[in-house]
Amino acid sequence: MSLDQTTLVSVEDLSLRHGETRVLDRVNLTIRPGEIVTIVGPNGSGKTSLLRAIIGASQPERGQITRQVGLKVGYVPQKLHIDRTMPITVERFLRLPGKATRAACREALETAGVPDLSDRQMSALSGGQFQRVLLARALMEQPDLLLLDEATQGLDQRGSAAFYSRIEEVRRQTGCAVLMISHELHVVMSASDRVICLNGHVCCEGTPEIVASAPEYRALFGTGTGGALALYRHHHDHSHDHGETCDHDHDHEREAG
Amino acid sequence: MLDDFMVRATLAGVGVALAAAPLGCFVVWRRMAYFGDATAHAAILGVALSLALSMSIFAGALVVALLMAVTVSTLSDRGYAMDTLLGVLAHSALAVGLVAVSFISGVRIDLMAYLFGDILAVSKADLLVIWGGAALVVGLIGWRWSALLTATLNTDLAYASGLQPRREQLVLTLSLAITVAVAIKVVGALLIAALLIIPSAAARPLSRTPEGMALVAAGIGTIAAAAGLYGAYLFDTPAGPSIVCVAALGFVLTSLFQAVKASQA
Repeated sequence: MSLDQTTLVSVEDLSLRHGETRVLDRVNLTIRPGEIVTIVGPNGSGKTSLLRAIIGASQPERGQITRQVGLKVGYVPQKLHIDRTMPITVERFLRLPGKATRAACREALETAGVPDLSDRQMSALSGGQFQRVLLARALMEQPDLLLLDEATQGLDQRGSAAFYSRIEEVRRQTGCAVLMISHELHVVMSASDRVICLNGHVCCEGTPEIVASAPEYRALFGTGTGGALALYRHHHDHSHDHGETCDHDHDHEREAG
Repeated sequence: MLDDFMVRATLAGVGVALAAAPLGCFVVWRRMAYFGDATAHAAILGVALSLALSMSIFAGALVVALLMAVTVSTLSDRGYAMDTLLGVLAHSALAVGLVAVSFISGVRIDLMAYLFGDILAVSKADLLVIWGGAALVVGLIGWRWSALLTATLNTDLAYASGLQPRREQLVLTLSLAITVAVAIKVVGALLIAALLIIPSAAARPLSRTPEGMALVAAGIGTIAAAAGLYGAYLFDTPAGPSIVCVAALGFVLTSLFQAVKASQA
């Protein structure tokens, strides 16, 4: 199946297992050019597994993932540990595995907001610099789709706010779509066009406003996390119409507090 | 010139050092030191088989080393606890190999030659095999260099760039088996891993890029091979271990250099 120009990636009916555990259950998702989509969900809800499936790092149990022909993906992984035994400068890291020029490296570093790091060793960077270099590498080949897996891990609040505004800027400049995972709900809600609430299955999705007031979302995250939306309280039960039940434990503690 | 056994020995040592340098860097970066040991030790079993079937030692060592390398690589992919398992495999392979050699009757075998190498007995034909194997290893790793580096840094980054990390791993596995097979004559099964790891580890403090580290490791390996042989000739010491001693000395020196640099910074 090939995709038309208005879809970059289409995930259909995707189920995924890690050993005995089913981590994704019939997930559907499409990413269109230029949109910022955020996946939220508790730990172990399959967010990273979904991103890894999209880059082709895991074999689905069922369902399929279709990428637009020639789709260029920039990926910022959740964790990247560079062994101390490997000497590598920022510039050399940026040029892996492609054959980019020095000028392209400088440009990507500038776009990512760290213009002066070219000759530094990767191991000598601070957490924030490291994240920005990862972003710069993801931007190197002018991706159509940027995948960010908790890219602001280890940044302080100001740092992560700056990081997300940088992402929006990148989108404006290059027109790439962004699919990201984040735990920082307040930031995410304001920066996304669309939010997908994941917990093994897609609980709910839509604009940030719609998702934030959806009972499924509130069941997962409580009412205290939506900033101003927290005023809006909502108690409920919820169930999904899946053939198989997906075992998920919705955390109601925050609602009580 | 090639009629001089010292010249042949030096050329053999340098050939192995050149192949071991880039491969050794990956062994260090990927923490595969024990992996190298297991593969090298298994080669003794290959030697035994070659003698029993009267085929070339190189071919026998290559086949068994390759089998071991693929086995270990597959097991580690499946997430086995590798530390213990590698210890079991490495030493069992060595023990089984030694026992197997003792069963071979009719040939009086100098086991020491396969455990510690017999570099002074390298023939012109051996040289051809060693340099052929070394060229193959350097060619393979050079061809896949960027992909290998990316997959070594992070497999998901490799996937996102459209690479297949498992295929790249296979390149290293194959290179390791070839290097073991050609190095058996030079340093012997017990010290092959040393030749992989020590020059690369010694090169680390002097390098700023992965490419730099591979080149410096090749330089250190070459110097170790030449100086080690010369030392062996001068002091009448075993050649293979002498080469490793010089490499180890290089490691001590560059580590000191790093310590001094760090204390000044």
